[in-house]
Amino acid sequence: MSTQKSTKVEVKNLTKIFGKHINKARELSRQGKDKTEILKETGATIGVDQASFKIYDGEIFVIMGLSGSGKSTLVRMINRLIEPTEGEVLIDGENLMKIDKKELREVRRKKMSMVFQNFGLLPNRTVLENTEYGLEIQGVDKTTREQKANEALETVGITGYNDEYPDQLSGGMQQRVGLARALANDPEILLMDEAFSALDPLNRTDMQDQLLDIQERLHKTIIFISHDLNEALKIGDRIMIMKDAKVIQTGTPEDILTHPANEYVEEFIENVDRSKVLTAGNVMIRPTIVNIEKAGPRLALKMMKDTEVSTAYVVDSRRNLLGIVDANDVIKLVRDKNGDLTSIVQTKVPTTSEDTPISDLMDDISQTGIPFAVINDKKQLLGIIVRGAVLGALAGNEVSDFE
Amino acid sequence: MILNSLILGSIPQLPLAHWIDNFVDWLVQFTGFFNAITNFIGSINNAFQWVFDLIPIWLFIVLVLALTFYVNRDKQNWGLLIFELLGLLMIWNLDFWRDMTQTLTLVLTSSLIALVIGIPLGILMAKSHTAEIILKPILDFMQTMPAFVYLIPAVALFGIGMVPGIVASVIFAMPPTVRMTNMGIREVPNELIEAADSFGSTEWQKLFKVELPLAKTSLMAGVNQSMMLSLSMVVIASMIGAMGLGTKVYFAVGRNDAGNGFAAGLAIVILAIILDRLTQSLTRSHRK
Ligand SMILES: Nc1ncnc2c1ncn2[C@@H]1O[C@H](COP(=O)(O)OP(=O)(O)OP(=O)(O)O)[C@@H](O)[C@H]1O
Ligand SMILES: [Mg+2]
Repeated sequence: MSTQKSTKVEVKNLTKIFGKHINKARELSRQGKDKTEILKETGATIGVDQASFKIYDGEIFVIMGLSGSGKSTLVRMINRLIEPTEGEVLIDGENLMKIDKKELREVRRKKMSMVFQNFGLLPNRTVLENTEYGLEIQGVDKTTREQKANEALETVGITGYNDEYPDQLSGGMQQRVGLARALANDPEILLMDEAFSALDPLNRTDMQDQLLDIQERLHKTIIFISHDLNEALKIGDRIMIMKDAKVIQTGTPEDILTHPANEYVEEFIENVDRSKVLTAGNVMIRPTIVNIEKAGPRLALKMMKDTEVSTAYVVDSRRNLLGIVDANDVIKLVRDKNGDLTSIVQTKVPTTSEDTPISDLMDDISQTGIPFAVINDKKQLLGIIVRGAVLGALAGNEVSDFE
Repeated sequence: MILNSLILGSIPQLPLAHWIDNFVDWLVQFTGFFNAITNFIGSINNAFQWVFDLIPIWLFIVLVLALTFYVNRDKQNWGLLIFELLGLLMIWNLDFWRDMTQTLTLVLTSSLIALVIGIPLGILMAKSHTAEIILKPILDFMQTMPAFVYLIPAVALFGIGMVPGIVASVIFAMPPTVRMTNMGIREVPNELIEAADSFGSTEWQKLFKVELPLAKTSLMAGVNQSMMLSLSMVVIASMIGAMGLGTKVYFAVGRNDAGNGFAAGLAIVILAIILDRLTQSLTRSHRK
């Protein structure tokens, strides 16, 4: 994505060995013994084994691997929540291993923030107080930090919940707060350890879209851990695959799909025909939605004008899909001073479910002019699939996010 | 039997009692130090007592009721309020009022000291593995040693009266506060500790903004237990001259006076229930 590709984070030979007999374990590892053998012989666990890679400024770098492959350990060594056994982490060329506690604190406060799998929100603090945490400990005054926290909350799209407590919010909302808290410090680097893994599929897709959306505006360097290939392909500018504490391959999603480094990666991506991997949920975009219980023709028309579309999707207050309206029909209604949209709703809309593979929809999509509506089992409208997005996704471009 | 005494006869007896005597004797030379402590504890005790003597009985009852009302503001407990009113009126009626305030003073003073020493110890224990290893057996010892035993060195070092009673109570009552503080902090989810660290908190910030607030419920449960334990010490403490309801019970035992003994015992129970319920409601978090 970025053309200049300046290096933001460089990791050299980073190794973590847990337990006792570290030297022995290291030696065995150098002799080429694998993790299980070393554990058996020494009782030490190799968490990460000599990882080296570069992360470029402004990219989303996804680290993938199965459970226990060392992803969390690796990301925690980047902010030294876990002290590496050996190796280096360079941030903007500065060696993080060489700085003292106080300087490390400064780096954590100013340069990077972390988002956690289970959100890591403080249950005794409100949404606003949680979001302010990073600024509060820096001694930023109350008004400034409130303002910055509010900005961050707005960025992630939760306003009006400032005084709620985390346990009063849904998982998706809590993680938005987690993200807002990380953004409030305006860090250059975001570390996200399986940040969306605890969310249900709908929320996860939404958060992925939102992250891409935010990234478009803020251009952070994001290190994102995932064990979900779809997620990695969707949000990653580059992907790194780990196995048994070792880095197996680093590359763009295309690279990984087309030139898997070895059998393991091959298996991992298991003959990924993108059309099989990509589901309706992956390529759907946000339609222009009109709530028939609230909006009349004028509002509908304005919304369609604002989003520059000629078709709007009509739903009721529970977001159940009723049909579509065409801009020309709406204009007629407005001219006739008819305030009710019902008469012009076209109910014949092709629908599909979120996890339908794109390959199953391809034929229909290329034949019908009307986009598919993606609905869930409660018939609620989730998004729509337009031809351009499908073709783009198949060609390997990033799917244009909900816009 | 015979075998037993043969074995005992052939092994020289461990001079444990002798050693401890020596140790206590050795401690006694630091009279100045122990006098200072005596004065310090004595003055806390007197301050409480002074306040309780100053407050008219009706006002005291109103204050207790108001406090109960306030700490239960989310969900009123009318039964408790009625119980408190009747219980306190009964103590007054039985002419145990001053004894009750003396006992309350002893409990509050020793709980306060247990808290001031116990919470930092609990924090230390949570933070340092070494501290935990050292403190754990000491706490077990403090709590399982029959409370009577503390009276002996307490008298040797602090004389007789309220202060040695308080000291013995503190030693006996402190372990739950230490333990529960330790436990509360250790049980803070790792992800929250990581969150605090990852944003660059100092150790103190982490302690005051994350660990202690999250350990609060557990910590308060410890304080509650400590308070109950120190209340259980009042009769024992009365043997070395700590005044209060315990004294009434103790004297009644000497005079084989079941009536008065039970009456004073009942007053202790009433006080215990009030203190227990009050500290328990403090434990519950009130959200703004
Ligand atoms: N504190 C620790 N002490 C000992 N071993 C550890 C510790 N933390 C992690 N490990 C081990 O290091 C290896 C890597 O763990 P890590 O948590 O980094 O994996 P992961 O890729 O994040 O897995 P998951 O997807 O389950 O989160 C595992 O074998 C794990 O058991
Ligand atoms: Mg992990």
